[in-house]
Amino acid sequence: MKKIFALVLILALALGSFAACGGGEEQPEVTEPELTVGFIFIGPINDGGYTQAHYEGAVRMKEHFEGKVDFKYIENVNDSDTQASLTAGQNLLDQGCDVIVGASFGFMEALDQLANSGDYDDKYFLHFSGYMANETNFDNFFGSIDEARYLAGMVAGSMTESNKLGYVGAMPYTEVMIGINAYTLGAQSVNPDVEVSVVYIGSWGDPEKELAAAEQLLAEGCDIITQHSDSTGPQLAAQDAGAYAIGYNLANPAAPNAYLTAPIWHHDAYYIYAVENILAGTFKPESYYGTMATGYIALAPMSDLVPAEVQQLVEAKKAEMVAGTFAPFSGYIENADGTVLCEEGQSLDRGQIWAIGQLVKGAK
Amino acid sequence: MIALRVTKRDVMPRKKEYAVRVLAVVLSIVFAGVIMLFFGLDPFEIFKSLVVGSVGTQMRIKQTLIKAIPLCIASLGISVAFRMKFWNIGAEGQITLGAAAATFVALNLGQTTPKPVMLLVMAMAAIVAGGLWAFIPAIFKAKLGTNETIFTLMLNYIAIKFVMYLQYGPWIDPAAQGFPKIAMFSENAILPNVFGLHIGWIIALVLVIVVHVFISKTKKGYEISVVGQSVETARYAGMNISNIIITAMLLSGGMCGLVGMIQASAIEKSLVYSIANNYGFTAIITAWLARLNSAAILLVCIVFAMLIQGGAYIQIAMNVPSSVSSIVQGTILFFVLGSEFFLQYKIGRVPQLQKEVA
Repeated sequence: MKKIFALVLILALALGSFAACGGGEEQPEVTEPELTVGFIFIGPINDGGYTQAHYEGAVRMKEHFEGKVDFKYIENVNDSDTQASLTAGQNLLDQGCDVIVGASFGFMEALDQLANSGDYDDKYFLHFSGYMANETNFDNFFGSIDEARYLAGMVAGSMTESNKLGYVGAMPYTEVMIGINAYTLGAQSVNPDVEVSVVYIGSWGDPEKELAAAEQLLAEGCDIITQHSDSTGPQLAAQDAGAYAIGYNLANPAAPNAYLTAPIWHHDAYYIYAVENILAGTFKPESYYGTMATGYIALAPMSDLVPAEVQQLVEAKKAEMVAGTFAPFSGYIENADGTVLCEEGQSLDRGQIWAIGQLVKGAK
Repeated sequence: MIALRVTKRDVMPRKKEYAVRVLAVVLSIVFAGVIMLFFGLDPFEIFKSLVVGSVGTQMRIKQTLIKAIPLCIASLGISVAFRMKFWNIGAEGQITLGAAAATFVALNLGQTTPKPVMLLVMAMAAIVAGGLWAFIPAIFKAKLGTNETIFTLMLNYIAIKFVMYLQYGPWIDPAAQGFPKIAMFSENAILPNVFGLHIGWIIALVLVIVVHVFISKTKKGYEISVVGQSVETARYAGMNISNIIITAMLLSGGMCGLVGMIQASAIEKSLVYSIANNYGFTAIITAWLARLNSAAILLVCIVFAMLIQGGAYIQIAMNVPSSVSSIVQGTILFFVLGSEFFLQYKIGRVPQLQKEVA
C-alpha cells in the first residue's frame, strides 16, 4: 500500500518536474483562428483512401480560410463503439473545437447525444453519411456517389474480358448496396452480359480483410476489382494477380499497373460551404447532398490503361449527368429477386434510392 | 559458457525495494522520452500534456474516472483469482459476456419495467454470465488439472466472436438499415448518475471494501489465500480444494461480468463486440502492480486511467499518432513490470558445484 503510494507520488513528481521544464519555452506569436473544426476519423489519415480523402478535404478547407479556421483530429476511432466515438467528440470539444465532424456512419449516435445534450448548444455537429439531424446545430451530409459509381461501372464493363467484376463491399448496408447497384447498372449499360460478385468484409475497412476478399474474387475469375472499403488493399491484390482495379474515395493510384480510376469525394466542397455558413451565422441543418454537378462527387481522372474510346464514352455520360439529363437510377431496373426497382420512364428520387434494400439483377 | 539461472530472492530490504521502483519509473520516463525524440516530438511537452490532459479540467477528470471504474472492478475480480494463483486471463471475455447477458435483459424485459428492477435483473444476469464463463475453466482445473491460463485466454476470443455474431446477426437493429449495430437501451436500462458520474464509482468503492474484508476477514477468503500459497498445505488442513477454486472463480468472473453490465448500461447504452475495450487485459497489469491489494488497486487504476485519458489528449493536442501514445504507455509498463521481476528474483551464475555432482 505504502509502496504503491510512493510509486504514484514519484511518478507525479517526475511528471511535474518535466512539466515545469517544459513550461518555460517561448511560443511564437500566432493569430488565433476564429473557428476550430474537430474531426473524428475511423482510420489513420494516411490510409490511402477513405480517411485520407476526409483529411485532405480538411487540409484544403484550412488553406481556403487562410488562418481564420484551424482543425484538429483524432484517428482510429472504432465507429461501431459509441463509447469510443463519444469520448473522441468530448475530447475534441474539450480542446477548443467549435465544430465536430464525424467522418463515419457509426459516429451518428455519439454526435446526436452531444448535439442534443444541452451542454454544447453553441457548437456544431456535422455527420457524414447519416440520417439524423436537429433544428439548430446538428446536420448530416452526403452525396450522390452513385453517379461516379455508374461511370466507374461503365469503365469496368467496357474493359472486362471474363465479364466477371469483383466488388469488395463493407457490409450489406443500404449505402453500400446503392453503390453496388449503380456500378452494376453502369457496367450493364455497355455490356449486358456482365456480372458483379460481391464479398462483404463486415467492417468499413481492414487492409488484411480487404486484400483477402479481393483475392477470393480474383480466384473466382473476376478480372476487375472495385471496392467499397477504406484501404488500398483491393487495388494491390488486383495488381498482384495481373487484373485491373478501380479504387474509391481518393484519386490514389496505389497500384499503378492496375489502377483505372476511382469514384471520389471532394469533401472540402462541403466543409468550406458549412464553415462559411457557421462563420456568417447562417448555418441551418438541411441534410446536404452534393452531386457531380456541384463538384462534391467526381470520377478521378482515368489512367492511361483506359482506352481513349472508353474515356470518351464515359466523359459523354458524365456531361449528361452534370447537365441533369441522366441519372443512374432511371428507366426499367429489375432487382435480383425479380421485383421491379424502377419502372420505365421513372427516375428514383433521393428517398427512393435510400430505401434500396437489395441488389439489382446481375449482382450477387 | 556462462550459465545463468534465476532464483527467488529472499526478502529485500525496504530501502533497496524503493530504489528499484524509483529507478524503473525514472528509466521508463527517460526511455519514453527518447522514443518521442526519435519521432521528432518534444518529450517535455508531451509529459506535461499527459497530466494536463487527464486531470486539467473537470471534464477530463470525469473522463479519467470513467475509465478507472471498469479497470478497478475488473482488477478486483482478477485479484481474487490471482490470490489463489489461478491465472484468470479471461476477464475480457467475462466482461463481454456479462455485457451480453445484461443487454439481453435490457432488450427483452420491456420499457415499462421499473428502473430499479430492470437494473438489478441486468446486474444479476451479468454476474451469472461472467461467473459461468469463469466456472468453465475452474471446473476443468479443479477436476482435471487443466492449464487455466490458456483456457481462460482462449475463452476471451470465443466470447468476443460470439457477441460479434450477435451484433452482425440475430441481435442486429432492424432500424439500422443493415448497419451492424444493436439497438440502444431504453431509459429504464441506463444506470443513473451520482454527482455527475455514473453510479459505477460507488459500486467500485463498495467492492474495494467488500473484497478487502472478504480476503482478510472471512474463512473462505483465508482458504483462497492458503490454496494460493500451497495446495498441499490446504489439502493437509482438510480444505475442499475443488470447492474453493470454483467459488473463487465464480466471484472473480462475476465481478468481471458486472463490469460488462456497467459499461453496456452507463457508457455504451447498447452492446458492441468491443465492449470490454481491453479493460480485461489492462486489469491484469493493474491487479499485479497493486500486489493484489484492494486499496492499492484503486490507486493504480486511477493512475492507469490517467495514462489512457492523457494518451487520448496528446493525440489531439499534439497530433501525435495514436501508435506513439501506445508505445509510450507500453514503455512505461515494460519498465515498471520489469522492476517487479527484479524485486522478486535474482539472476546469478549456476554454481559449479552442481555440475560436479551431476
